[in-house]
Amino acid sequence: MTITKDYIYELLEQVPDPEVPVLSILDLGIVRDVVFNDELVEVIITPTYTGCPAMDMISVNIKALLQENGIESKITLVLSPAWTTDWLTEAGKRKLKEYGIAPPVAKTTDKLSLTGEAKLVSCPICDSNDTQMISQFGSTACKSLYKCNDCLEPFDYFKCH
Amino acid sequence: MNDTLFKYLIQLGDNSLILGHRLSELCGHGPILEVDMALTNIALDLMGQARNYYQYAAEIEGKGRTEDDLAMLRDAREYRNCLLVEQANEDFAYTITRQFFFDAFHLPLMEAMKGSNDERLSAIAHKSYKEVSYHYRYSSEWMKRLGDGTEESHSRIQDAVDDLWMYIGELCEVSDVDQAAIDAGLGVDLNAIRQTVEQNIKEVLKEATIQIPEISFKQSGGKSGIHTEQLGFILAELQWMQRAYPNMEW
Ligand SMILES: [Zn+2]
Repeated sequence: MTITKDYIYELLEQVPDPEVPVLSILDLGIVRDVVFNDELVEVIITPTYTGCPAMDMISVNIKALLQENGIESKITLVLSPAWTTDWLTEAGKRKLKEYGIAPPVAKTTDKLSLTGEAKLVSCPICDSNDTQMISQFGSTACKSLYKCNDCLEPFDYFKCH
Repeated sequence: MNDTLFKYLIQLGDNSLILGHRLSELCGHGPILEVDMALTNIALDLMGQARNYYQYAAEIEGKGRTEDDLAMLRDAREYRNCLLVEQANEDFAYTITRQFFFDAFHLPLMEAMKGSNDERLSAIAHKSYKEVSYHYRYSSEWMKRLGDGTEESHSRIQDAVDDLWMYIGELCEVSDVDQAAIDAGLGVDLNAIRQTVEQNIKEVLKEATIQIPEISFKQSGGKSGIHTEQLGFILAELQWMQRAYPNMEW
């Protein structure tokens, strides 16, 4: 069987982001390219955040999955161009919301920030726009902590980057 | 080996490592949960940046040393971080003031480093710039809250600013390594960003109703390996495991 790029991408769709497991690494937009070098398939990925501890795990998981399917691979990490939340796919944004995490809203800066203009982050649970930021830094590097003033639920916001 | 690039990377990496270590000391000890999370998030970013610099440095050195060897197994005189970042956490006012002074410098530094003629350094800067802009926003907001807050918070942040003021001059001091890196087109001309750094600091202090200290005395030495006693304590904690049990791994 000839291994095609599409087939590799199909497999990569099965690799989840360890911190937000409803997202695949394709949804997250961190797979930059797949290159065929002789015997080896090279998967080129880029980190979301510099210190993101999930990157090592993602590399190991890609390698393991491809190996299970009889494909030897090499994972290359590139920094440039720098990852941005614009690369999150539309499907990814929808999955985030269903999971209870508000997807990134364009034009960054947060509502409760002392500086900067207001930004509307709607509650992923009740869709209310009356929300407030509790903490700019959340449980992982990619999230801020918000609260909904209508349903009163706290929620994570996947911040713009 | 490109000696200038190596030394320049070490200087950058050491600032991030040492400040990241200081912040990580607060993990589980932050004054409130949100602050605890924020400071450790910033620590994580800085550690990630340090890794980028050390990995690159280890590669170009080509002597088989790894990022861990560079981070863990040098003596105090070989560290090239600024004195500011090694200062102790003391109270929250000190921690935030130290962070704010560093961020006010770090942000324009990363912005300018995007233009480095070294591709990988430029890529690291592009990545770090986004993260540092969050750090800067966070620390400058806390400066304003504390400075323009209660009498107690105002006096404590003013004390911290007064005490740490003598360390900010070193941030934009052009060391021999900086000069060589500037000449080679890979490093940032610190004279060119000095004004932005000073302006960042002055604007935020003004809004925070914090008096600008009338201290012209400048403490420096870190960039040439002459440190305050603080670094020794940090390295003792960072290194004892590798010194006591060489090559041990998790
Ligand atoms: Zn709600």
